Amino acid sequence: MIECKNIVKTYRSGEIDTQVLKNISFKINDNEFVAIMGPSGSGKSTLMHIIGCLDTPTSGEYLLDGQDASKLSADELADVRRQKIGFVFQAFNLLPRATVLRNVSLPLVYAAVAKEEREERAKETLRASAFPEGFWHHYSNQLSGGMMQRVAIARALVNNPALILADEPTGNLDTKTGAVVLATFQLLHQEQGRTIVLITHEPYVAEHAERIIHIRDGEIVSDGVNRNRRLINNDH
Amino acid sequence: MILSDLFHETYAALSANKVRSGLTILGIVIGIGSVVAMISIGQGAAGSIQASIQSIGSNLVMVQPGFQRGAGAGPVSAGRGSATTLKQEDADAIQKEITQALAVAPEISRRYQITAKGKNTNTQVIGTVASYSQVRNVQVDLGSFISEQNVRALSKVAVLGPTTRDDLFGEGTNPVGETIRVNRVDFKVIGLTQSKGGTGFTNQDDIIFVPISTAQRFLAGDAYVTTISVQAKDAGSLATIQQEITDLLLQRHNIADAQLADFQVLNQQDIVQTASAVTNTMTMLLASIAGISLIVGGIGIMNMMLTTVTERTREIGLRKAIGAKRKDISLQFLAEAVTLTFIGGLIGIILGWASSLAVTAFTGIATKVSLPAIALAFGVSAAIGIVFGYYPARRAAALNPIEALRYE
Ligand SMILES: Nc1ncnc2c1ncn2[C@@H]1O[C@H](COP(=O)(O)OP(=O)(O)OP(=O)(O)O)[C@@H](O)[C@H]1O
Ligand SMILES: [Mg+2]
Repeated sequence: MIECKNIVKTYRSGEIDTQVLKNISFKINDNEFVAIMGPSGSGKSTLMHIIGCLDTPTSGEYLLDGQDASKLSADELADVRRQKIGFVFQAFNLLPRATVLRNVSLPLVYAAVAKEEREERAKETLRASAFPEGFWHHYSNQLSGGMMQRVAIARALVNNPALILADEPTGNLDTKTGAVVLATFQLLHQEQGRTIVLITHEPYVAEHAERIIHIRDGEIVSDGVNRNRRLINNDH
Repeated sequence: MILSDLFHETYAALSANKVRSGLTILGIVIGIGSVVAMISIGQGAAGSIQASIQSIGSNLVMVQPGFQRGAGAGPVSAGRGSATTLKQEDADAIQKEITQALAVAPEISRRYQITAKGKNTNTQVIGTVASYSQVRNVQVDLGSFISEQNVRALSKVAVLGPTTRDDLFGEGTNPVGETIRVNRVDFKVIGLTQSKGGTGFTNQDDIIFVPISTAQRFLAGDAYVTTISVQAKDAGSLATIQQEITDLLLQRHNIADAQLADFQVLNQQDIVQTASAVTNTMTMLLASIAGISLIVGGIGIMNMMLTTVTERTREIGLRKAIGAKRKDISLQFLAEAVTLTFIGGLIGIILGWASSLAVTAFTGIATKVSLPAIALAFGVSAAIGIVFGYYPARRAAALNPIEALRYE
């Protein structure tokens, strides 16, 4: 469970302080599929970094499963990320000189999982996301954008995290491949009961979630159930 | 993070930029290689100097004339060993009084022009006694050495060193029975010494031995001696003998203050120690000059690692985002730096070894590659990796994951 209480994030560049997040408060329960939507520069990524324990708020409290993240050290935050959170980034952020399998199993490397088990789990995850086996040993920079994002999703899932954070996961993809990615999230939510936080500036993408939190200029303008939810037919 | 993963990551990272890694390694190769080569040259020199000191005999105390300091001596000195303060009687007294001495061999040495069969050469003529061969470790190859009988009888006989033989009679010839002329006196050659190897400051093979009595009478015309070599029973009695001889000669020369002695008594151990101090200093000097290139190599490592950290900022951010701790990141970059220096160190040792062998092969300078030197080189190269890799690794580990992720 995620709880943000009066979160403020201020960036200081030179003499000028910019308040990127102004008094953000909300709760996300387990097994929710939430989209955080807002225009460019509204502070979505900043918020995701706080939710993802990559950053701490300037003031306010962020609780992940009841634990105050601002009280944790950098290494403890790394532990939390490794155990509880899977990230999917807009820019994929795969290791270019590593194979698909290596990329997917990378989080397990830092969890000190033995090589055999690691590969087994990475293969399982790739199989589950129907990633074509012929590409498992390709270097990640030899893949198409859509495939890269699927590798990134598999990497986010390999640790079996309860919370998946995706920052503009479809931003670099065409509509069709974007749809496949969104379908994957819906499936993960419906069938595996994971909590998914999807960050986007596109209403169309946000409409795949159950609930939409709308932010603008660092403030929540609306937060509520998505009434016209788009469901993608998941029978592949 | 498991060790095998560390190797995997290191290999992947270093092989991704082979040229850069190779050049950085080259810097370390040159550094370690020259350190190994320089130390081996220094130690080789030390070894050959020790050997040449040992080749003049073992457990030796040498008495040489000195110059008298003090009243009336004036500021000009004729140089050590050139004074005529030691007499034959001093040698006889040492022989008689110093009971711990195994053997005493006085000698008078001077350079003369030698002629034989129309050829001539200028060489060292040493007038000495029979025990010289034992005391100074001179082995006879052909014929015999000077005998006590020769000394008593003032025989005009000579024993040649191999180089002198080569100069006068040609290489490989047997000179025994031939006649040589020294200072207008004819000597009959009765022996040839074995080669000691012409290393060191004086060539111990370019030499002629004659009976000391003959030399004093017919060549020098006086009864002075230039060196008295005394052999002790063992290394332990060297210091005692040295002291006893000093006391004896001070008394004989009527000198009360040991500071004003007109002779000097050298102990072979002291000579060895002085020589090794000199060669150690030389080795250190050579190694430190080579060490400078090692430091330059280390800076190369640091430079490359800093560039790598900057280039891979996004990757570091990602690794942190998926759960890498500071330690994981710093270890990864440290491992890369140490691997570079390790490989460089390994190749450097082989290259340094090879080049010191080449130095020996082409110049004849003795070299000695010792295990401690190699171990040191290895340790130093690993330490260079840690020292110069530490800062870049720390910088990588300290990167803020978000800053690193948004880095373009
Ligand atoms: N490290 C930083 N230092 C200074 N300002 C920053 C920093 N990170 C973000 N900002 C500013 O905070 C604001 C919000 O940035 P953020 O990346 O959260 O926006 P966003 O909603 O994700 O936008 P986009 O849709 O373009 O990704 C921007 O104006 C940005 O310039
Ligand atoms: Mg953003």
